[in-house]
Amino acid sequence: MPRKQQDYDDIPGTFVFDAERSRQGYGINMFCMSLMKDENRKAFRANEAQYLKRFPLTADQTRAILERDYNRMLELGGNIYFTAKLGATDGHSFQHLAALMTGMTQEDYAAMMLAGGRPVEGNRSKSGKDKRRKSGAKRG
Amino acid sequence: MARIVAGAATSHVPAIGAAIDNKKTEQPYWKRVFSGFEKSKQWMAAARPDVIIAIYNDHASAFSVELVPTFALGCATEFPPADEGWGPRPVPVVKGHPELAAHIAQSVILDEFDLTVVNKMEVDHGLTVPLNLLCGSPAQWPCPVIPLAVNVVLYPPPTGHRCFMLGRALRKAIRSWPQDLRVLVLGTGGMSHQISGPRAGLINSKFDKAFLDKLSRDPKKLTRIPHLEYMREAGAEGIELVMWLIMRGALDDKVDEVYRFYTVPASNTAVGHIILENRRGK
Repeated sequence: MPRKQQDYDDIPGTFVFDAERSRQGYGINMFCMSLMKDENRKAFRANEAQYLKRFPLTADQTRAILERDYNRMLELGGNIYFTAKLGATDGHSFQHLAALMTGMTQEDYAAMMLAGGRPVEGNRSKSGKDKRRKSGAKRG
Repeated sequence: MARIVAGAATSHVPAIGAAIDNKKTEQPYWKRVFSGFEKSKQWMAAARPDVIIAIYNDHASAFSVELVPTFALGCATEFPPADEGWGPRPVPVVKGHPELAAHIAQSVILDEFDLTVVNKMEVDHGLTVPLNLLCGSPAQWPCPVIPLAVNVVLYPPPTGHRCFMLGRALRKAIRSWPQDLRVLVLGTGGMSHQISGPRAGLINSKFDKAFLDKLSRDPKKLTRIPHLEYMREAGAEGIELVMWLIMRGALDDKVDEVYRFYTVPASNTAVGHIILENRRGK
């Protein structure tokens, strides 16, 4: 069954962790949660594909985890607070993950944040439905 | 009678906790952030609340996806700091106020807010970072803390209006507690930030500053912001700001804004902070 379109699917570059994704991504998130225990981190590092068989994952989800495709994990129901635990297991800072997800180098990402972050202008809508708001007519 | 004397809100960025724990607070990047809370610590020392009700969200620490309560009230005697992957933060154990918490649970559930009672819970940076920002790094936190965990991780979180009304119910519960207690309500999370997906790094200072203005003077307007607008304007994780509305709902309509601070960024997040005092509560 294709995903039911939601109003927030119009926000660019954003995978909202909703009830449907939570259902779908239960295995991804429980796998990530398991990495809070050192014995599990060791078992995962020893044989990643074998370890992932402990969790109810689709082939796509398994591939996304093995390839560390963080955006795909989110799209398939992972949540960032959970997938960040995988990043930590790999020894990466959160900024490293953020840079990966945005397709920037970590340096460029850090510089963007220091300069005030990613602007909302041009990043509100895929469809341009929010045009009225762009004029600043309605805010907060 | 217990009474709410003030409310405060602040972001709860994990990297702020890491900067404290790794003694980086004097580095220029972090000094910019921490200098904004010097006045807050002085205010806090003078305000001397007897109890803090801390509204925060758990980040896959106490609650995984196995159980996702929308509102969960910490009724335990104490709440140890959670291990978020780097060992528990070296901060004091949070001591609760189980008697007042039980009273609040009973009162607000009968007021039609069906919150979850939690008798065993670890607390993560969402709760301990704001305590550091207001209290520094003491050997013990200055007073008991009742944690109120709100789901803002799984969409949809409670609406801003629902949060505001829960604040109203909290106020009623506190007013019906016979013992004289000075209560501080602390809202945490926000401000604008997105840490997930290709749009990560989003910051919207204009939205944040308007939110602070309205929080202070016209909070009911904020209760009408739909979730879509929070996520579009303030980032997917900026929706945490609904938690500030619980704090604001617990205060009187007219309050005195005694302090405000805003800076960008701390890690991936816009840091906002405000202190509001009830006029009759002093």
